[in-house]
Amino acid sequence: MQVPTMAEMMAKGETPDVLFWVGCAGSFDDRAKKITKAVVKILNHCNVSFAVLGTEESCTGDPAKRAGNEFTFQMQAMMNIQVLNGYEVKKIVTACPHCFNTLKNEYPELGGEYEVIHHTQLIQDLINTGKLALKDGGVFKGKKITFHDPCYLGRANNVFDAPRELIEKLDAELVEMKRCKTKGLCCGAGGAQMFKEAEKGDKEVNIERTEDALETKASIIATGCPFCNTMMTDGVKNFEKESEIKVLDVAELIANAAEL
Amino acid sequence: MISIILFALLLIGGIGLFSFNVLKVRNNILLGRPVERSGNSSERWKTMLLVAFGQQKMFSRPLPALLHLAIYAAFVITQIELIEIFIDGLTGSHRIFHEALGGFYTFMISFIEILSLLAFVATIAFLARRNMLKLPRLNMKELAGWPKQDANLILIMEIVLVCCIFTMNGADEAWLNLEENGGGSYGFAISSLIGPAIFGGMDAHSLHLLEQIGWWGHIIMVFAFLNYLPYSKHFHILLAFPNTYYSNLEPKGKFTNMESVTNEVKLMLDPTADPFAAPADGGGEHMRFGAKDVTDLTWKNLLDAYTCTECGRCTSSCPANITGKKLSPRKIMMDTRDRVTEVGDNIRKHGKDYSDGKSLLGDYISEEEIWACTSCNACVQECPVNIDPLSIIVDLRRFLVMEESKMPTELTGMLTNIENNGAPWQFSPNDRLNWANED
Repeated sequence: MQVPTMAEMMAKGETPDVLFWVGCAGSFDDRAKKITKAVVKILNHCNVSFAVLGTEESCTGDPAKRAGNEFTFQMQAMMNIQVLNGYEVKKIVTACPHCFNTLKNEYPELGGEYEVIHHTQLIQDLINTGKLALKDGGVFKGKKITFHDPCYLGRANNVFDAPRELIEKLDAELVEMKRCKTKGLCCGAGGAQMFKEAEKGDKEVNIERTEDALETKASIIATGCPFCNTMMTDGVKNFEKESEIKVLDVAELIANAAEL
Repeated sequence: MISIILFALLLIGGIGLFSFNVLKVRNNILLGRPVERSGNSSERWKTMLLVAFGQQKMFSRPLPALLHLAIYAAFVITQIELIEIFIDGLTGSHRIFHEALGGFYTFMISFIEILSLLAFVATIAFLARRNMLKLPRLNMKELAGWPKQDANLILIMEIVLVCCIFTMNGADEAWLNLEENGGGSYGFAISSLIGPAIFGGMDAHSLHLLEQIGWWGHIIMVFAFLNYLPYSKHFHILLAFPNTYYSNLEPKGKFTNMESVTNEVKLMLDPTADPFAAPADGGGEHMRFGAKDVTDLTWKNLLDAYTCTECGRCTSSCPANITGKKLSPRKIMMDTRDRVTEVGDNIRKHGKDYSDGKSLLGDYISEEEIWACTSCNACVQECPVNIDPLSIIVDLRRFLVMEESKMPTELTGMLTNIENNGAPWQFSPNDRLNWANED
């Protein structure tokens, strides 16, 4: 797979238009790596000038900050900002809403000012400018798809439309869960919950959320966050509905529909 | 003459006591740490007009929003009538604006009466919803005892207030309707109908007495209500305005960057820094990282706490609470308010440096509650008056993690992984690009 790094680009004296921030999940988690590859396929197909940091990338510090460890967060942020500013990065796209939020909102005060967009926003732009065309009546034509809003994309940053417009481009039927957009229910992974057991309660949050999704009778739960993806996938497994309902990232839907 | 003196005393006493209690609350709020919430005043006014005055966020639940609007509108518009009551009370006149304003006066009072009737219906509906329908969010554990009484007491006061208004106006209508007075009417929309119907047949003297009972009952209730506010969750009717003005205008996902940490991190990353050099700010006492008690929170957190009217929209949208965890964002706000009131009282009684050995974290809010939060911002989104429970939760976590090194063990591992491997899992940073070469 053709994935240029910033270091290689710099050695050739080139500067990419956009840095693809892969994130820890996108780099290491087997399920999330597929999302990463779908994004790269789209970028390559559309001849977007991009690069990744590769081994120079490090955690944004988001889970540390949400867990209350501001030291670890700011150490990570300062080191990442040194690398990003060293490469004179101007624009960043990321497939993780947690990285997106942190880079966009929390890095500027620490000296890291970039234009940061979520991958659904970039893909939307590629389609709107005609760089990416979806074939009519693709594989998702007529399918019921529901979109689970990642908290750090939706409520936290008011990005509700980009992923939904992409789903509509698939000729699919977008069905909303009873709790959606600003009222969307969390998948249960945020605030560093991904890395710990939940406190004692009656139920896991992802089960509650999966019930919302199953109620829609959709055949696909689309999302835009690797952590939501894990939580929803686990939720679907819990109900043993893996054969009836798939959990896919919006990037994967688009890459599939464009037959990349 | 005696009644004028009595009224003047009531007025001075009522407003004096209220001002005294408001100042106490203000001092309590100012126990909080500084936070920048000035600037961008046009956006702030707009937020206040939409969210507080226009009740924009209430309307995501239309039925309670309409009922609430009826009470709110009646409350605001009735204030106009209070001007007349004040003048009548201080001069001994009776309905001083009646002749001067003529038809407009009849219109105003009729308008107030219609709103009062709507408010009456809404209040009954709210009482029924709380006590008979037992709406889950209004019957949770944290409301047991005083909070529930507080809520019912306010609603009952409203009913008494409205009854006084109709007694006053109705008795006046019935009095004017007497044959000896020409069988006329003020033409007030509701009391011109119910006044003669209920009070018809009473003599002029009794009607006059009834009108006086209504008039005094009304104004005494107004002052009682006013002075009850600072002790009650109902303070939101005033604090909603400053609280929305000082809203956080940043994206909800943005957490504050702690400046004290930034300075230390910069020193650690600067190879030329002298670790033994005196800090630039001249040292001073170490400010606690995060929050253990209410005095570690910001004044906006404390203003939030006094503004909370315990409606529970936050808690009913909280994923942790929905799935049976102990966390309730409403309880976080109620605890903060109870604790800051206690700390303020202690300071007034025993002096500035007194400590009662208690703290918000531990004595009021447990660690289990704050670790259940997913930081999803649903509570912040839902609050009709822009309260932010999440920032308190995060500050409590910061204290636990940075001052006490207390956190769920899995999180210790996650943090160590970030520090050593640059990822929350135990993967080598050298493997970060491996995905590009896998199928």
